[in-house]
This record gives sequence, C-alpha cells and structure tokens, in this order.
Amino acid sequence: MPQHIVIIGNGISGITCARQIRKQGNDDITVISSETEHFYSRTALMYIFMGHMKYEHTKPYEDWFWEKNRIKLLKEHVTSIDTKGKKLVLESGNNVTFDKLVIATGSVSNKPGIPGIETAGVQSLYGIPDLELMHRHSIGIDKAVVIGGGLIGIEMAEMLLSRNIQVTLLVREDFYWGNVLPKEEATLVMNHIKAHHVEVKTTTEVKEIRPGSDGKVQSVITNKDEEIPCAFVGITVGVSPNIALARHTEIETDRGILVNEAFETNVPDVYAIGDCVQHRDPPAGRKAVEQVWYTGRIQGETLAATLGGKRTLYNPAPWFNSAKFFDIEYQTYGTVNPQEQAHETSFYWEHGNGKICFRAVYHKEDETIIGFNVLGMRLRHELCNKWLQEKRTIDQVMANLYQLNFDPEFFDRYEKDIITTYNQQKGRNVLVKKKSMFSFFN
Amino acid sequence: MAQPVALSPSLSLTEEGVKQSLYQKLGGTCIAVALLALVAGAAGAGRDHPALFLSIILGMFTLGAIAYALPYYHGESGIRNNGIMFKSMTNKGTAAWILGITLTGFYIIIYWYPTLFEGLIRLFDPLSLLLTGAAANQWFLYGAFYTLAVLIMGIRFIGRYRHSRYHVIRTISVMFFQLGFAFLIPMFLKKLNEPEFYFSYFWPLKYNYLFPDDVSSLISSGKLGVFMVFWGAMMTFVATPILTYNYGKRWYCSWVCGCGGLAETAGDPYRHLSDKSLKAWKIERWMVHSVLVFITVTTILLWLNSYYKGEILGAVSGTFSSAYGFFIGAIFSGVIGVGFYPLMGSRVWCRFGCPLAAILGIFQRFKSKFRITTNGGQCISCGNCSTFCEMGIDVRSYAQKGQNIVRASCVGCGVCASVCPRGVLKLENGEAAGRVSDQPITIGNNNITVHL
Repeated sequence: MPQHIVIIGNGISGITCARQIRKQGNDDITVISSETEHFYSRTALMYIFMGHMKYEHTKPYEDWFWEKNRIKLLKEHVTSIDTKGKKLVLESGNNVTFDKLVIATGSVSNKPGIPGIETAGVQSLYGIPDLELMHRHSIGIDKAVVIGGGLIGIEMAEMLLSRNIQVTLLVREDFYWGNVLPKEEATLVMNHIKAHHVEVKTTTEVKEIRPGSDGKVQSVITNKDEEIPCAFVGITVGVSPNIALARHTEIETDRGILVNEAFETNVPDVYAIGDCVQHRDPPAGRKAVEQVWYTGRIQGETLAATLGGKRTLYNPAPWFNSAKFFDIEYQTYGTVNPQEQAHETSFYWEHGNGKICFRAVYHKEDETIIGFNVLGMRLRHELCNKWLQEKRTIDQVMANLYQLNFDPEFFDRYEKDIITTYNQQKGRNVLVKKKSMFSFFN
Repeated sequence: MAQPVALSPSLSLTEEGVKQSLYQKLGGTCIAVALLALVAGAAGAGRDHPALFLSIILGMFTLGAIAYALPYYHGESGIRNNGIMFKSMTNKGTAAWILGITLTGFYIIIYWYPTLFEGLIRLFDPLSLLLTGAAANQWFLYGAFYTLAVLIMGIRFIGRYRHSRYHVIRTISVMFFQLGFAFLIPMFLKKLNEPEFYFSYFWPLKYNYLFPDDVSSLISSGKLGVFMVFWGAMMTFVATPILTYNYGKRWYCSWVCGCGGLAETAGDPYRHLSDKSLKAWKIERWMVHSVLVFITVTTILLWLNSYYKGEILGAVSGTFSSAYGFFIGAIFSGVIGVGFYPLMGSRVWCRFGCPLAAILGIFQRFKSKFRITTNGGQCISCGNCSTFCEMGIDVRSYAQKGQNIVRASCVGCGVCASVCPRGVLKLENGEAAGRVSDQPITIGNNNITVHL
C-alpha cells in the first residue's frame, strides 16, 4: 500500500527528495509551494534580472516531467500543520492529509532593526517576488546602496550595475565576506569589486534609512554619520531558517527545525531538510545550520533513502562550496577558516595580476591537508574530496598539484610557480615537473 | 524611462531600459551608411565607380561592426550577457524578424533570382577581377559577404571571450579557414584556371566532391585535380575518424568548418535561441540521420549509374541528386540554416541537417576521447550552460547529476563551460574508457552512492 508523502517546499531540498523517492518506489508524492508552480533554480535569480536568462531557462526539468514521474505539484500556501490529525490546512481552505511529512521551507532573509527599514525601495533578495520588486524599485534610478558583505550582497551589486545603477557596498567587517574568507582572499575580491566601479565601505553599518517626501528611500546614514544618497537599498545580511509553519506546533524548533541525523523531528513521521533545519548533533566539523544549495541536495537524497525504507544517516563528504564574484570564480574544499586555528597553518600563493590565488590549509603537526581555497582557478572536486578524506600531506598535495587543475584547455598553468613558491616559503623540496609541450591534449 | 511593466516570472524589460553606448550609436551610423551605399549601388548608382561604392559598403560594414564590438575590449573581461533576453534583436523581437526576413530574402534571391542583384554584383567586379581574374557573379558576392561576416563578427566574438584562450584560438582558426581555405585559395585557383576547390569542405557536407561527375572532371583537369580528389577522399575516410577519435567533432565543427565558422561568429548573438526540449532532440536525431542516409544513397546510386553507364537507373539517380541539391543544399543549409538565425538560433543546419555533422557525431558518441567533464557536485542547476548551448543540448541535465556530457551533436564550442558561474564544465580529451558515466555520483554524500 503506497504511502502519501507530502513535501512542503519546491526548492532543491524538497525536489531532490521527491525525485529520489520516486526512483525507489511507488509512493504518492505531493509537493506544495506557494512561490512558483514548478521547481526553478534559486541560484539563477540574478541572471534573470540581468537578462542572461528568462525564468523558464532556470527550470531544470521540462513541465511534463512532473506528471510523467507522478509527482503532484500544488501551488498553494500551507497555513498550518496538524501533526495529530496528519493533515495540512491550506490558504484556499482545503486540507491535505499525509502519511509522512517533509518540511523543506528554506529560509527567510534577515531583516535588521534599522529605523526606516520598511521604506519603499528597501528590500532583500530571496525569491521570485523579491526579483519582481527589485525590478520595479530599480527602474529610473541611478544610485543604490547594498548593506551586507556576503554572497547575495555582491550578486545584488552586480545586478544593479547591469542596469547602469551606481552601487555602494557597505560591509560591517574589515574585509568583504570577512567571516568566511581569509584576509588575502577577501582583499583580492575587494580589489576586483572596486575594478567594477563599485564603491566598497568596510567597517560600515547603517543606523538609519531615510525616506524622501515621496515616501521612497532617499539616503542612508552610516555609523560614521555619513549620509549616502540612494534610491534603492539592498539588505543582504544573511538568511535564517524559515520555521514559521513549525513554530506553533509540537515540532521542536530553535533557530531552525530541530532534527536528528536522519532528519527526523521530534514528531513521528515528520521530517525536515534543507535551509530550514537545525541539526541537534551536527556531523564533526559541520555547522548546525547549513544553508547552501549543495547541502540541501545532499539532505534531500539522504532523507529519500530513509523514506524509501532504508533509514540513512546524514554523512556528508568534506565541505565544498563555490561562488562567483563578478568575473572571478571561487571554489573551496574542506575547511578554510577566516583566521587560522591554533593547530593549523597554511600556504598561500597569489598571481602577480592579483586575480588568481591558491590556498592550502594543513595541520601543523602531521601536515595533513584540511582545506583548499581558490580564486580565478578551478580544482577537481573529485580529487580534492579524495585527498581530504585520505588525509594526504601538504607535500603529497604539492607533488601532485598538476592533477588537481580543472582550468579550461589552453589556459596558463601555475603549478610551477605555486610549487616553487611553496618550496621557498616552507623550505621544502617538492619536485617541479616539466610541463609537457602537449599537456593541453590530455 | 520605461514604466514599470507587469513582469511575472518572465521578467521583461523594455529595450529603453537597456542603454546603448556611444560606440553602438556610431556603429549603427556606419552600418546605415553601408546599407544606403548598398541599396544605391544595387540600383545602379555605382556603375561608374564600382570600386568606390564597394569600398564604402565593405568599409562601413567593417567599421560599424567593430564599433559594436569595441565595448567588449574595454575594462575587465568576463561573461557579458547582460540584456540578451531583453533586446529586440536577440529576443525574437521586431528587429530580429526584420533581420531574419532580410537574410532569408537574400538567400532566395542569390539562389534563384540572382539577376535582381545585378547592380550589386557589378560593384564586386574590381575585387573579383583582382582575385579570380573574372567578373563577379552571385557566388562571388555571396562568398565575399560570408567571409566578411565571419571576420568582423569574429572580432566581436574574440572581444567577448578574450579572457578564454580556448575561444580566442578557436575563433582565429575559423576566421583563418574561412578567409584562406574557403575564399582566397578557391578564388586564386580560379585565376590559375584550376578547379575552384574548397579544401576545408568534403563529402558529405560538400556532397558533390565524391559524385562521379565531379571526380572525373577533377581528375581530367590535371595533377592538381587528382590531388584534390585524393585530398577529399582522405579527409572523408581517414582524417575524419582519426581526428574525431582524438579531439571529438569540434576539430571540424567549431575550428574549421565555414558553416560552423559563421554560426560561431555571426550567429553568436543567437546561440541561446536553440530549442532545448526533449522533443527537439528526438526530431534532430531523425532528421540529421535521414539526411545522411539520403546523401549516402544518392552517392551510391550515382556511382552505380556511372558504372553501368546510365543503363540501369537512367535518370533516377540524377533526380535524386538534384533533389538533394535543392532541398538540402539550398533550402536547408542556406535559407533556413542562416536566414533563420535570429529566430531559431545559429546551428539549425548543423544540428538538424548536416550529414557530415551526423557522421562526426556518431564517432564522437561511440568512439572518441572527447567529453565535457562535470566537476563533481559543484553544479547549481542555474541553467546558463543549457541556455547558451547553440546545439540545444540540455547540458544542465547531465551536470546536475555529476555526469559527463557525451553527446553526438556537441560541437565543442566550449561556451557552456565559459558561462558556467561555478566552473563546473571542462572540455577534455582523455581516456576513451569510462568517459560515459551511466551510474554517476554527485560527490559530497558519503552515505548515498548511486542515484541517476
């Protein structure tokens, strides 16, 4: 007898879960979302705004896919969960009953308590409604302020620039993304942001947003009492788990919906995955709240196995993430802290053009590798993942650096320079391989 | 400024919202002058000064296109796709329709009513006399415009992708082969009274190169003609399998071929218009392989007929070959293939019609070292790769599963890998074994291994 599995949220976590459940069996699957009818890639929002793609391009599956795979889509807003009666109440007044419930409601943008935050022209960026709002707010304006030095902040800056709007980026820390990137990487990124004519103000916070006589935003006042005129303010100070649905139920929440390593909440048959989750016992080295695309996908896969009858625990491989800061790509594998921990040391190399860098963090004692950061250079995920799990030493990594590169054919290679620098800095003697004339053929 | 528009999911922005730079206005002016000179010249005004009119037309087109390309050479380099989905010219708007109809009409006139272009063709006499020693005809006019388009739009493409040496080298390559092998050399051969032979085209794309009539007339033309027959046969039967095994079909389709060259340069603004649906893929496979069967059967019939001195098949094989020439050679590769660039994308012919692409594709799919490698689990499903694939391959559907992309139609242009904001894709020639990953894993999850 097939069970009815209901998933709230059609983002990467919920949809991955639905697809993987379908691959395993015959259960009835319903996915409910009030944002869009179909799954789209939230990571592509900026490209819709900039005119690289249309909304339909951001849908990873054609519209017929869902019916063919018997995944029922419901564009509805869930107003409450009745855990005892095993049913959901929808805004339309209808009810949906379930055997198993998966909450994958994602996150909500953080809203700092700045006076004037409700002024027209002040907004965050999370979903399609925000994008439409941003489109309307940015028509006919020429100056904007973005508050927050993180990934969405720089995306918003790039989006606004694409419409010829001058941007000032306000960063609370000393450096851009200072709570994630080490100083060198952060500086490199900041220089690149400035090369794109975005003004960056560090150690700067906003204490007031001022509306004009038309009610729309006119300027912001910083903690340094500077008034910056602007017709748009982007708020990009992070996201928090969206726990609104769970809050007034028996489902336990803290910052997020609390789950164990099998994504079970305290209520039987109710699970949660993705951005909205807070792990009671996060895996070693991982945060309790993980809010990136990749972890959402991995969690969706893991829970699907459990719902398919094989209880599976969350056991993610080494952390990885990626981003793009204007024209510079960023990849990270393993753990790279913004400040070196007591047991860590690192090797950093930067190209003379100030746009490419490589960092390897390793244990001081046994010299095993802990993490990689690269900007303007691509590394092979498969190998990084393998070497991190095999606990290779920094010397072994350096000796085989040539294998790690994932840059396009005909691109300049930097291994020789990196290894030479490493040997000099660390007093090592890793062999620099001669580059084959035909290396681009293989 | 534009009023707020109702945009719901398909965020629309009016053209006024996309600012034109000064360069682009200047470029537009140059192109307008070129068009005026072209119309006036074609109407007969250039009869007494063909060289002057020709210089104005070619010069102003070149200047205009370069002015349009200049912004790409300024400042930081990187992916510059802003506004593509908003502009009338690149989003199937009025401008695109005007261009599409104009191009289509141009092809129809060139193929079937060349006398309408008599005034224009005469303007090309000075250049034609210089290169071929004879007065211009419609094919000279066509070749000159085609080459000019590849060259000036190639400059634009190089500017757009100047941060990627792969694109720079590849684009110089198609420009070189078009100018040298598909224009200057054949024209010069004509001047030397040798057969007008295109060394960069071969059977079955240049289908008549292995037709009995062409073969015998080449052979009878002298030693060079014999070499040309040898060259054509070698390229088709020896070079094609070897090169495709080592590098994939890209060695030809996006590095050498003139059709590909035009698509990669002049067609670049329209690459995103290709149809990515599963249905289109099904149609593609039926069509392109049918064309291959058709031309193969035609060629065999012609040889049989030639062997039996026309006794067995009579006129049938001739009908076959002229039907192929009309429907495939003219209508498909020209009128639809290029005329519909602004409406259906730049690779319609290459994808649905080219029999050489079909052969190369079969090699690439089943016997080649080429693949596009997906970098573990780094895909964020954004869709840039699929959107900008000119061959309509849903690249993302592979990348998001951590699967390598091994597809018959991939011409290896490398744009998917360039527009990917996470550096997930890499074109590679590696070990042939294991390049197709039917049971892929997305790295990152140690408790789950297989999930397609």
